[in-house]
Amino acid sequence: MPQMTDERVRAGLTREEDLSLLHEVSVKTAGVSHLEMCIQCGTCGGSCPAARDMDHTPRMLFAMLRAGMREEVLRSNTPWICVSCYHCVVRCPQEVHIADVMYTLKGMAIKANLFSDSTAPHFSQTFVDMVESYGRSFEFGLASRHYLRHFPLRLPGMMPMGIGMLTKGRMALTPKRIKKMDQLTAILNKAKTLELTS
Amino acid sequence: MNKYLFYPGCSMESSAKAYMESLNTILEPLELSFEEIEDWNCCGATEYLGINLIPAYSLIARNLALASNQMNPMNGTGATHTIVAPCSACYLNLAKADHYMQERPSLGAKVNQALEAGGLHYTPGTLDVRHLIDILVYDVGVEKIRSKVVHPLTGLHVAPYMGCMLPRPDYKHRWSDHEHPTELVDVLRALGADVIDYPLTTECCGGHMTQIGPETAFELIRRLVADADDRGADLMATVCPMCQMNIDAYQNEMNHFFGTDYHIPVLFFTQLMGLAFGREPEELGIGAELVSARNALAHIGVEVPVTQEPAGPRKKSEGLPMPRRLNKHEGKEVVK
Amino acid sequence: MTERVGVYVCHCGSNIAGTVDVVDVANWAEEKLAHLGVVVAREYKFMCSSLGQELIEKDIKELGLTRVVVAACSPHLHEKTFRTAAKNAGLNPYLVELASIREQVSWVHTDKAVATAKAKAVISGAVSRVIRNEALDELKVPINPNTMVVGGGIAGIQSALEIANAGFHVYLVEREPSIGGHMAQFDKTFPTLDCSACILTPRMVEAGTHPNITLLTWSEVVNVAGYVGNFHVTVKKKARFVNEELCTGCGICEEKCPKKVIDDVFEAGLGYRKAVYTPFAQAVPKFPVMDKENCTYFQKGTCKACEKFCPTGAIDFTQEDQLLHIDVGNIILATGYDLFDARQVSNYGYGRLPNVFTSIEFERLSNAAGPTNGTIVMRDGKSTPKSVGIIHCVGSRDKNFNNYCSVICCMQGLKFAHLVHERTGATVYNFYIDMRTAYKAYDEFYQRVLEEGTLFVRGKVAEVTDAARYSNEKGKLIIQVEDTLAGKQRRIPVDMVILSAGLQPRYDAKDVGKLFGISCSTDGWFTEKHPKLDPVATMTEGIYIAGCAQGPKDIPSSVAQGAAASARVLDKILQKEVALEPVRASIDKDSCSGCRICNGLCPFNAISFIEDDHVSDINPALCQGCGTCVAACPAGAISGTGFSDEQIMAQIDGLLMKNLEPEIA
Repeated sequence: MPQMTDERVRAGLTREEDLSLLHEVSVKTAGVSHLEMCIQCGTCGGSCPAARDMDHTPRMLFAMLRAGMREEVLRSNTPWICVSCYHCVVRCPQEVHIADVMYTLKGMAIKANLFSDSTAPHFSQTFVDMVESYGRSFEFGLASRHYLRHFPLRLPGMMPMGIGMLTKGRMALTPKRIKKMDQLTAILNKAKTLELTS
Repeated sequence: MNKYLFYPGCSMESSAKAYMESLNTILEPLELSFEEIEDWNCCGATEYLGINLIPAYSLIARNLALASNQMNPMNGTGATHTIVAPCSACYLNLAKADHYMQERPSLGAKVNQALEAGGLHYTPGTLDVRHLIDILVYDVGVEKIRSKVVHPLTGLHVAPYMGCMLPRPDYKHRWSDHEHPTELVDVLRALGADVIDYPLTTECCGGHMTQIGPETAFELIRRLVADADDRGADLMATVCPMCQMNIDAYQNEMNHFFGTDYHIPVLFFTQLMGLAFGREPEELGIGAELVSARNALAHIGVEVPVTQEPAGPRKKSEGLPMPRRLNKHEGKEVVK
Repeated sequence: MTERVGVYVCHCGSNIAGTVDVVDVANWAEEKLAHLGVVVAREYKFMCSSLGQELIEKDIKELGLTRVVVAACSPHLHEKTFRTAAKNAGLNPYLVELASIREQVSWVHTDKAVATAKAKAVISGAVSRVIRNEALDELKVPINPNTMVVGGGIAGIQSALEIANAGFHVYLVEREPSIGGHMAQFDKTFPTLDCSACILTPRMVEAGTHPNITLLTWSEVVNVAGYVGNFHVTVKKKARFVNEELCTGCGICEEKCPKKVIDDVFEAGLGYRKAVYTPFAQAVPKFPVMDKENCTYFQKGTCKACEKFCPTGAIDFTQEDQLLHIDVGNIILATGYDLFDARQVSNYGYGRLPNVFTSIEFERLSNAAGPTNGTIVMRDGKSTPKSVGIIHCVGSRDKNFNNYCSVICCMQGLKFAHLVHERTGATVYNFYIDMRTAYKAYDEFYQRVLEEGTLFVRGKVAEVTDAARYSNEKGKLIIQVEDTLAGKQRRIPVDMVILSAGLQPRYDAKDVGKLFGISCSTDGWFTEKHPKLDPVATMTEGIYIAGCAQGPKDIPSSVAQGAAASARVLDKILQKEVALEPVRASIDKDSCSGCRICNGLCPFNAISFIEDDHVSDINPALCQGCGTCVAACPAGAISGTGFSDEQIMAQIDGLLMKNLEPEIA
């Protein structure tokens, strides 16, 4: 983030506009994001089933990206509330890859350590840890680790469900592991050294 | 016998076992042959994409690479290039990786760089990624499904729930509509079920929010269950393990949260197909659902005559005529 | 004989001189191209100015120039200017070449050295070419003073009346049973709220009774041959099954016809008509048509109620389609638009949710002559809405449907808001992305609607649903939208939704364009000759366009274009003859193998095949000199005047500087 000049700080401006932010997000997003094409029509904010729980609507987040408000954008809970339902994506008149931009913003927030609530990033990370260890998801391990850490108070209420899942054979107590775990690890290790830059 | 490569996805072995069991019973009557991809791995669901992009796509692409090797006729497995996923999230991830690796060649190149570390390669566009119900409607055909019905689900009021990741974003324009698709409705009607008008059919089940933001998720589940209940559904039919899990396993907690008392069982559409094809409930994993479908299915345990009257002819209405519905598969009509 | 060539390098202010060293270029040309005949090379600030032209004229006379190269802008802009200048000085205008050093050099380069070198190459090519040019004579053809106007909407009616009033004959062709077009369906017109029928029907009657207008309704153009001044048009006059000589338009046949059909065209599917019908009371002409597909007699062989009751015996079941051959000198296409099919936006529920209406449905609903006599009611035919949501930009400004702005929908949406407010007192919401009210008295109308209390929400509506989430939403249509000015998602329950649907090209616009030899833009609208300076002409001489066929527009603009197209036609008619560009292709009959490859390629239908000689032949009046056939001919039998192989090869050599004399070391 660019350094604030004393003069601007004295003038009461707390933030330096970072006009490269929009481009950076666009480049880091899978596919061709069309992010710069946003016309601020609000189709995304209107479509979002979870908008009421977001601090900014997706449209507003895009305006903030344009305005270079890096920290405010990365601190927003909006990408973490996104449920990936793709309603906004198919309705967007400018074909912006909105859901994929949300994934990009999550990744950037994790890297910058700028999320305000750790529940979601930790859940994603726990899930990824399981997959990186076994090659498959492991619901029991994931659930027990995640709930103990983030929702200990939710556990009593969830007991019947958990027991139901176990007794009905819908949750295994031990993980399944793929055969060529070495191969997958090699692929992921290599992948972690790569980034989308153009 | 139509042959396909099959990517089951993690849930089919655990929380959605009933989906797998019921799917297995309908393959033979519909003359389908599914060959599982050797040593497939998790698609990363919606979690990995938000952590790190290239590893997330590489994880998905390993499956595509394995499948494209397996489809090679030199391996003697038959030359189908269609890969079927029964889970909407898996379907979308596989389709998305294939699509974006083409749309953004630099992504494709980086993913292949990673795959090479494991001795693999995937050329985007090689495979056709499709969902189970797409195969059933567009390859097998509704007529064939209808012809296998021995126990019509007459009298069972079913809310057709497609979920969100199946009809959207729809990179290959496979579905009849992004918002109100007809594929599931057509299958359920072929089974003889009374399919209710369910406008929320492609609304979200809450996705991973049940894990990270339960209050957000409970509201989404409430909307779906309340509207289904309001419109007289006996149960909901779904095509996706995550949808089933969220609406079934968290319904109780949702009721508790809102002080409501909804009781809408959620079954996989393959379970209903199995029933209509004359299979026993226990062969189809029925009973594994947490919101029991027992009472709802009692309706079809006995023969119930058609109770719903067909809609009256339009000319009798005093009102103004309605425009005809648009059928996107019939080509675009022109309104002058 | 060595030609004497003058080269004139234009600065175009700083347009060219800013990037190209024009002085260096002129000096270079005079020195290095002298062996090709260049005797003078000059640069000047604005060659196209009268002083610049006089400079060239003076040199032609005083230095005896036999060829001229003007290095300036694209020939599209000033080729005619300089050819005229040459002609004034006594030089054949086709001995002038333009070298484009603006569009192809200065505007596309930033490096001055590179641009200067390229300008030299372009001029070198032009000089090599011009010394091989031939003097050509313009072709003159007489102009048939009759005109055809295709499309009987307000633009076409205006065109026809202007020409007819000037004393020339017009054939007005309309494929529906009556002229009037979309405007006849409307109730009020923005921004003044004139009654649409009140201002339109006098024009329709005038067109219908004008001695200089032949009205051909229920008719379509099926073939066009010929060229400017001499078009031969074939019109299919569909069987009406009503003898126009005998019919008095009394309407008894329609009254007695037992077959009721939903009227998808005039009533937009919201009302009914009979199998024999006139689409509306003020239809011009007054004669009904019989809809064969729905007529009980045609389908089942019995009925003939219309025939029985017709007092003048005008019903004629034996009528057949007729082909009329009509010769005209000019053609105006005013074929209009189709309304966007709102069913495609499935999240707005049109076709699924009964109380979602399209704009054209609402026009009929609010029209005193419409199916509800102007009472604004919901789909049940009875209830008055207490709240109405009007959604703008339906199918427009949306890459999923049409990318362009349909121009009229904002004003249309405001008009609807006013009408709903005035007639029902309902609460009215307008949902818009940007409010576009950019013509005379339009923004004032917006102010008026604001004043009336319409509630505006800035946001593109995400969806219209009947899935109630809260108790106040039960039984309503809920409009879900982000109020982008408040930054919040809102759910607004209403009784009725009106979709301000966009305009799109006629479904058959491409085929019609092909029929008349004109092209369509990527969006599908007919392409004008120049988007600013020649908006009603097309690249095909003698074919003009007017109204929405050219692009979305409102009634005032359609009328203006209709009149403008007529002015262009009258100009042509009064010239009595037209000069055609002599740049034409011709076929060397001895080399032609008769393979006919060129026949289908000609975009202007200028090539025909002479069976007896087994060779193809080009009609010089039809040929536009595009060169397609020249390039395609496998035998090399076709050459273009002004574009001979020799000229083109010489120009290429020139571009590559192969025409320069070797430098003496």
